Amino acid sequence: MTYLSDVAALARKDLRLELRARDTLPAMLLFVLSTLVVFHFALPTGADEVAAQGLLWVALVFTALLGLARAWTPEREGGALDGLVLAPSDRSAIWLGKSAATFVFLAAVEVVALPAFSLFFSPLHASGYLGVLLANVGICAVGTLLAAMAAASRTRELILPLLFLPLAIPLVVGGVGAGVSDDPGRYLTFLGLYDAVFAILCWASFEYVVSE
Amino acid sequence: MSTSSPNSSASRIPVPVIAALAAALIGLAIVLAFFVAPEDADQGISQRIFYFHVPIALTAYACFGWGAWKALRLLWKGGDRYDLESYVAIHQGTIFGALTLATGSIWAKASWGKWWVWDSNQLVLFLVLFLFYSAYFMLRFSIDDGPRRANVSAVYALFGVALIPVSFLAIRLAEDFIHPTTFNRDGPQMTGTMFFTFCVAWLAMTVLAYALYRVELLGKRLDANLRELREALA
Amino acid sequence: MSSGEKYVAAAYGVVFLSVLVYVVIIAAKLSRLERETAELAELARQRRRG
Repeated sequence: MTYLSDVAALARKDLRLELRARDTLPAMLLFVLSTLVVFHFALPTGADEVAAQGLLWVALVFTALLGLARAWTPEREGGALDGLVLAPSDRSAIWLGKSAATFVFLAAVEVVALPAFSLFFSPLHASGYLGVLLANVGICAVGTLLAAMAAASRTRELILPLLFLPLAIPLVVGGVGAGVSDDPGRYLTFLGLYDAVFAILCWASFEYVVSE
Repeated sequence: MSTSSPNSSASRIPVPVIAALAAALIGLAIVLAFFVAPEDADQGISQRIFYFHVPIALTAYACFGWGAWKALRLLWKGGDRYDLESYVAIHQGTIFGALTLATGSIWAKASWGKWWVWDSNQLVLFLVLFLFYSAYFMLRFSIDDGPRRANVSAVYALFGVALIPVSFLAIRLAEDFIHPTTFNRDGPQMTGTMFFTFCVAWLAMTVLAYALYRVELLGKRLDANLRELREALA
Repeated sequence: MSSGEKYVAAAYGVVFLSVLVYVVIIAAKLSRLERETAELAELARQRRRG
């Protein structure tokens, strides 16, 4: 299927670029670790486990924002986005490929961040890890499209957090709930619902965001 | 930019007629809310805020939905007028949303003594939506006028209506671990008179929003025509 | 006036004031439009003469 191979080619290109340049991923890693340390000092003594879980999600959301701000930079700097848009492939493939690459980056960061969190604060349940995985899908799907919108604006990096945070609130609720609640199934289902609704919306509307 | 008036049935009603209708309905709603509807046994007089607060909230939802519908038409068929109509609808929705937060906050203070409570799901939802739609304007004003701005705004407006139910679910789910529900405002069922008052107030707010929407559209179209005239004459 | 009545008045007053603020904004816009159409009418008059 040429659609999926287009997506895979686009994602591979992003991964290869990052492997060569190695600027975004180390920055995200250092950012999330520093943030976790700041949280240790920010939490008052006697703060319970639930509060720490909440802060984990703050760290994840803002680390994702850091990476997303640079998601479209290679295309913008090289003027390649116009070329991609004119290419014969379906424009939504651009979004899917970019989201997949961002997902890999975010997952790579979390491979370090989550064990660090378990070390600094308290270990996560299996449902917590699953929540992180599901929320990642939402973050990358929505964040990639919003980053493309921000790229069209004059204020770029400034506006991306404003666009992203209201949409990230349900993900935070789902993620924290999955990690903390006695009945994580509800929250995981909710995360799945969010992912389904917004992924479809992003997939359908991406071409309008990049076209004139 | 084409600014001729559209031909749909409601938009052929002249604006002054709609404004007069809105004025009449709001007058009726106020009379009903203060002189006809019975006083609530539990909450006393502050319950009457409900007759404006909830219709304003519902009207805000309707405006956001209307804006999203126009946005969908823009993406589907194209045409400058849909971009303007979508923008104005969302502008009205944001204004009514801000009013929802204001009246809701006053009601919270009257009922529970605090200007803000996280327990009212509707208020929290409106706070999230207010943040979302405020970002809409920041986004729109940071992109130069043109088809790109129209498309991006339209997609964002569609995300908004998707966010409304999802956020509502999220806030409901968050109740379990964020704040225990200590405040309750259920009270007895609405009597027939109360329900009728509520419906009149709801209709009044909807017509008011539509009147303001038409007025704002008028103003913006005037602006656009004047600009064209200026370019033709200069 | 009891405190409950004061809050009801405040809530309805906020809505009323907002509509009045809207009238002020429209009034300002109307004067600006009046000024601009006067300018354009002057331009058209000059065009017709010249």
